Amino acid sequence: MTYSDKVLDHYENPRNVGSFDQNDPGVGTGLVGAPAGGDVIKLQIRVNEDDVIVDACFKTYGCASAIAASSLVTEMLKGKALAEAQQIKNTLIAEELALPPAKIGCSVLAEDAIKAAIADYRNHKHEIR
Amino acid sequence: MGYPVMNMTATEMNQTFRKRPIYLDYAATTPVDPRVARKMMAYLTPDTEFGNPSSRSHLYGWHAEEAVEAARQQVAALINADPKEIVWTSGATESDNLAIKGAAHFYHNKGKHLITCKTEHMAVLDSCRQLEQEGFEVTYLTPEPSGLIDLNKLAAALREDTLLVSIMHVNNEIGVIQDIEAIGELTRARGIIFHVDAAQSAGKVPIDLGRMKVDLMSLSAHKIYGPKGIGALYVRRQPRVRIEAQIHGGGHERGMRSGTLPVHQIVGMGEAFRIAKEEMREENEHIRQLRDRLLAGLQDIEEIYLNGDLEQRVPHNLNISFNYVEGESLIMALKDIAVSSGSACTSASLEPSYVLRAIGRSEELAHSSIRFSLGRYTTEQDIDYTIDLIHKKIRKLRELSPLWEMHQQGVDPAKVEWAAH
Repeated sequence: MTYSDKVLDHYENPRNVGSFDQNDPGVGTGLVGAPAGGDVIKLQIRVNEDDVIVDACFKTYGCASAIAASSLVTEMLKGKALAEAQQIKNTLIAEELALPPAKIGCSVLAEDAIKAAIADYRNHKHEIR
Repeated sequence: MGYPVMNMTATEMNQTFRKRPIYLDYAATTPVDPRVARKMMAYLTPDTEFGNPSSRSHLYGWHAEEAVEAARQQVAALINADPKEIVWTSGATESDNLAIKGAAHFYHNKGKHLITCKTEHMAVLDSCRQLEQEGFEVTYLTPEPSGLIDLNKLAAALREDTLLVSIMHVNNEIGVIQDIEAIGELTRARGIIFHVDAAQSAGKVPIDLGRMKVDLMSLSAHKIYGPKGIGALYVRRQPRVRIEAQIHGGGHERGMRSGTLPVHQIVGMGEAFRIAKEEMREENEHIRQLRDRLLAGLQDIEEIYLNGDLEQRVPHNLNISFNYVEGESLIMALKDIAVSSGSACTSASLEPSYVLRAIGRSEELAHSSIRFSLGRYTTEQDIDYTIDLIHKKIRKLRELSPLWEMHQQGVDPAKVEWAAH
């Protein structure tokens, strides 16, 4: 597999690796994929009262492009309003990383992770209020 | 000579090539021993013995034939066979094809059933598949979780019309040694032909065909420091086993395999087998020490699984699965060492190792396996570097892994209900 320098950079030096407290009401967690499929992404966002993502982190079990896609997404999410984040498409991620055709699935999974994290945060908020 | 590398010692070679990844993939192929390469050089250029051994009318041919026969002797000597029982081929893949298809075609009136094992090399499995297309029936035995075959299960699979049993001596992925001596007793008693793929065992495990009741044995040169593109098939003369040629054109090798003999390759294989016979015992001891050092150095890593039996195994092989890290990212993380992976992610197929699946490993563990195979030029430094690298990279990938985090929190990811992907 030939990867772009950008994938390799994110794979070698992944940004924002870590975990937030899942039970924190300001945190949304998205856990997508399956071990048997070869990729699992856990993406977390921390959202302020104005529904703006102030922080994001991830952990990923998967190939280099899955790691790079999650790492890139954490960078993209910071500072974005939830409504804006909701609009991020897999094609943007794939383009940004110049993913090979066989690895487009990784960008789809990263998009799923964003949606799942936002949904989780909204559920959280709903439960609490 | 104009080839300085041929005169280097192993240490000098390590220094010269240290910028390259550390080579721990000897089961894939070995470098040609400089002593072998030197011999081969004497059978190529105009001032050397470049003749065609089939040329009966002049000195060039006679000298080439002498060299081929000397090499035949050397190959036969390693396995305690008669030189007349050695047929040159292009490698173990061709030998497997010739043995299995050749015997099945020759004896097709005697029966139509074959037995092999799910963990055999693709050269054996694909030859069997081809015979199935032609109307033969094949039983594919499942090995025990250790990778070894339960002889009772093999005996139970034998039928009245069983023609041939093909079982490899040493497995290429997990290095386990099958009890071919015992299998030979079973097959000989019933008059069934026994083929053994010994590509991974010759030069690593003692083979005595005076004692072992093997009828056909595939051999390769490039797994034991000989050149690529040359191999042999042992065909027993007493009791005589017949095979139908798969390649026609001139009737070389007593009609079993036509084609001009590649003298330099054959000489190389002969020399490699001679060296193996002389040095095998000492070399195995050295490699076992290095393997034990590697295993000891990795054993404190949590959640690792050794694939295949540790005792019934060649010391050259260590195959380990690292739980909670993904195969492709693992291979990328280990780019400073040249190893093989049970993950085919980097190739067109997404299928993990069929050998590891056959011994009962989960798909995830099959994907995250690494085969370390050690050889003649492996040093203690190589091993220590590898141990350090593996520790660092596994730590890094696990810090990245949500599955590892679950495991640390006492959640078993295998029991989580994952969305279908």
